[in-house]
Amino acid sequence: MQRYKYILLPIALIALAACSKTVTNVTDNLPALAPANQDVNAGSWKPVLLSRPDTFPVAAPAATTNAAYTADLNEIKAYQHNLSGDVKSQISYWSAGHVLRWNQIMMELVTKYNLPPYQNPDGSYPAPNAANPFAYPNFPFSNPPYAARAYAYVSAAQYDALVACWHYKTLYNRPRPYQVDSSIRALGGRTTLPSYPSEGAVLAGVTAELMQLLFPAEIANIQQKLSQEELALIASGQAARSDVTAGEALGRQVADVFLARGRADKAGAAGGTPANWTSFVTAAEAASQIPWLSLETPGRPPMLPLFGKVKGFLCDSAAIVSLRPGPPPSTSSADMTAAVAAAYSTVTHATRQQMAIVQFWADGAGTYTPPGHWNYIADADFIKQNYSEVRWARNLALLNMAEMDAAISCWDIKYFYFNPRPTQMDARIKTLTGIPNFPSYVSGHSMFSYAAAAILGHLVPSRATAYNSMAGEAANSRVYAGIHYVVDCTTGATVGQKVGDYAVQRAMSDGAE
Amino acid sequence: MLNVKNAVRFAIVLGLLLPVVTLRAQMDNDAIMMSKHNFCVGPTYGYSSWDHYWEGTYHRTNRNMGTVSTQMVSLMGDYGINDKLDFLVMAPYVWTHSSAGTLTGQHGVQDLTAWLKYLALERNVGNGVLSTFVLGGASIPLSNYEPNYLPLSIGLHTRTLSGRLMVDYQQGNFFATVMGTYTWRSDVTIDEPVYYTTSLHFTNKVDMPNMAAETLRVGYRSDRWIIEALASNMNTLGGFDIRKNDMPFPSNKMNSTSAGAHVKYNFKKIDGLSLDAEGDYTLAGRNVGQARSIDVGVFYILNFSKKTPKSTSNKPKTN
Repeated sequence: MQRYKYILLPIALIALAACSKTVTNVTDNLPALAPANQDVNAGSWKPVLLSRPDTFPVAAPAATTNAAYTADLNEIKAYQHNLSGDVKSQISYWSAGHVLRWNQIMMELVTKYNLPPYQNPDGSYPAPNAANPFAYPNFPFSNPPYAARAYAYVSAAQYDALVACWHYKTLYNRPRPYQVDSSIRALGGRTTLPSYPSEGAVLAGVTAELMQLLFPAEIANIQQKLSQEELALIASGQAARSDVTAGEALGRQVADVFLARGRADKAGAAGGTPANWTSFVTAAEAASQIPWLSLETPGRPPMLPLFGKVKGFLCDSAAIVSLRPGPPPSTSSADMTAAVAAAYSTVTHATRQQMAIVQFWADGAGTYTPPGHWNYIADADFIKQNYSEVRWARNLALLNMAEMDAAISCWDIKYFYFNPRPTQMDARIKTLTGIPNFPSYVSGHSMFSYAAAAILGHLVPSRATAYNSMAGEAANSRVYAGIHYVVDCTTGATVGQKVGDYAVQRAMSDGAE
Repeated sequence: MLNVKNAVRFAIVLGLLLPVVTLRAQMDNDAIMMSKHNFCVGPTYGYSSWDHYWEGTYHRTNRNMGTVSTQMVSLMGDYGINDKLDFLVMAPYVWTHSSAGTLTGQHGVQDLTAWLKYLALERNVGNGVLSTFVLGGASIPLSNYEPNYLPLSIGLHTRTLSGRLMVDYQQGNFFATVMGTYTWRSDVTIDEPVYYTTSLHFTNKVDMPNMAAETLRVGYRSDRWIIEALASNMNTLGGFDIRKNDMPFPSNKMNSTSAGAHVKYNFKKIDGLSLDAEGDYTLAGRNVGQARSIDVGVFYILNFSKKTPKSTSNKPKTN
């Protein structure tokens, strides 16, 4: 008997351990979105690019007594008669909020593509090619500037598309299928918002159309998400097939306006040429400064050095120049020597708590980037705010336009000064996270975070203090990590706040407040 | 009985820092038992390094990491509760370092690991002795180090439970030992709020796949010497590959096959003192470094029993 005791004990412990597995996402089991205020007048809000909410005509829907509509209802009944577990889970997933879910899909795509290309055998680096996105290195390399722009285009286009959608919803005032036929269940929740065109399908159309340009190798994946969403819309009784068809078509038309802008916003040329790269070195040397040098081996060309020339949503090129702060301490100054010494001292004395802050905010390669992190923070609060889809889209558009313009301004400043990282000045400085492959002054994290805190604090005033303290922590994390001087972060904070204020100005004048 | 390999394997970071603790490390991976109320204790030192690693199945170097090395010191102990049951425990301090690039190394107390080792069956078969052992092990992190800093984090910060079956056959001074181990691993919490595996996860909790390992040891064993060759294989039952040019992640599919040699010497003049050394080389792997490792240790047996003599017997006991 004695001997079995010792055998059974480990077996019992092992059995216990085997039971507890499966980590779930914090947003897995959200209830259906049930906005307190559906913002029925959102058709009159000011779009970003559309000149009018009815730029693209949407034909009047068939009457609910029409045979075609009866066929739509029968399709819903057929789905509801025999709902598969997969469709049920799709209904549950999408009904938490269509803007939310597409935003999360965006974060996933950005993360998936945010990997720097591996070097060629000769030590040069291949560049991703939009014309051949499936070949390695896959297109795009969704680094922070690329990601900031991608989030902005998708969010701004979603917002414009929903403004148009709301315009037609109130114009036609078509009821939901479950309001027309009481035998149809409302599996995704009930709403008083008119059904035509379907807001979910508008989002599917506008988002899929843009994502296919931004992440061309994902076309099959994106098409699958769209199909799943539209099936969920119909099977849940939220929308009739005709609501969905009209919605998707409207969304795609609005997307085309943004696609046209995107092709001409100079982002395609942001990688620059070897001649451009040399010119930064020459300019820094002419100003008697030590020019920035890639700290990777082999040396990698600087990340999107001409991104500062991209056309912003909130700031024009003159505003970008006016946002440019004064220079950092000269690389030969005593101030610089002191800043390098401080960076060395900070990183060599980093505490576990500081390291946790570094990791929490690192948002480097293989992540959704700092703008993605702020989208995640925003969504977590928007869930609690119970926003309507159109307000959710508007607020994310304001956030992401601020993030894109923060990226433009930041990249303008970085390549204007071409300032070396602390480790370039003192090779003893070992860092707690990877050193980004672009100049030091000013900190991108600081700009992204303070711009985000400014607009989010305006949108959710009860969280303004929290956003500011998060932004401060994000900025400090780069100092703890040893990859920035303090002045990069304090200056970045000031400029980032100014960019955020442009978004606040827009928010106060778009008719939604 | 302890040997260095036990200790070091146990905790040293293999390859992309799989704390070998879990599987290859076999704190008790030999067919030797302590006598009742004898306590074997001693320090061990381990050094492991690699400059090639497998990114998924792609064998490569990384000029931004150079050579990644791990050092470990540990105190281990093995207590004979009775002649058929041993309790083993160890806790290492680990340092990591990379020779190139800018990332700073880490150091700290890693995980506490304990095993119960039970000699379940022993009988004469042919001209030799066949012994069967059943072991249960558990490990728990002793500090709040960050697991998602591979390959320079000092461990994976998972809690583990292991079950092992070991069979040994000895004829004269020659023996063979074969064992299989299954290790359950708890999820881990990382500092990042969101992470990517093959999809994006909106949580800071990471599911850790379980692991399985097999080891074969063959060699010479006398009262004075153990000289043996060993081969080990370790598999992660699930997990995913490192993507091209990405960093490793705690829940990667870390597999490895390695071969090595182990020598142990019991001093004649100082009863209970032994020296122990082992070297290993990773022959094949997936999402791990191609590590070479060496471990050395000194052990001494304290006898808390009035009745039985100090025993370091390298031979399985025969009743």
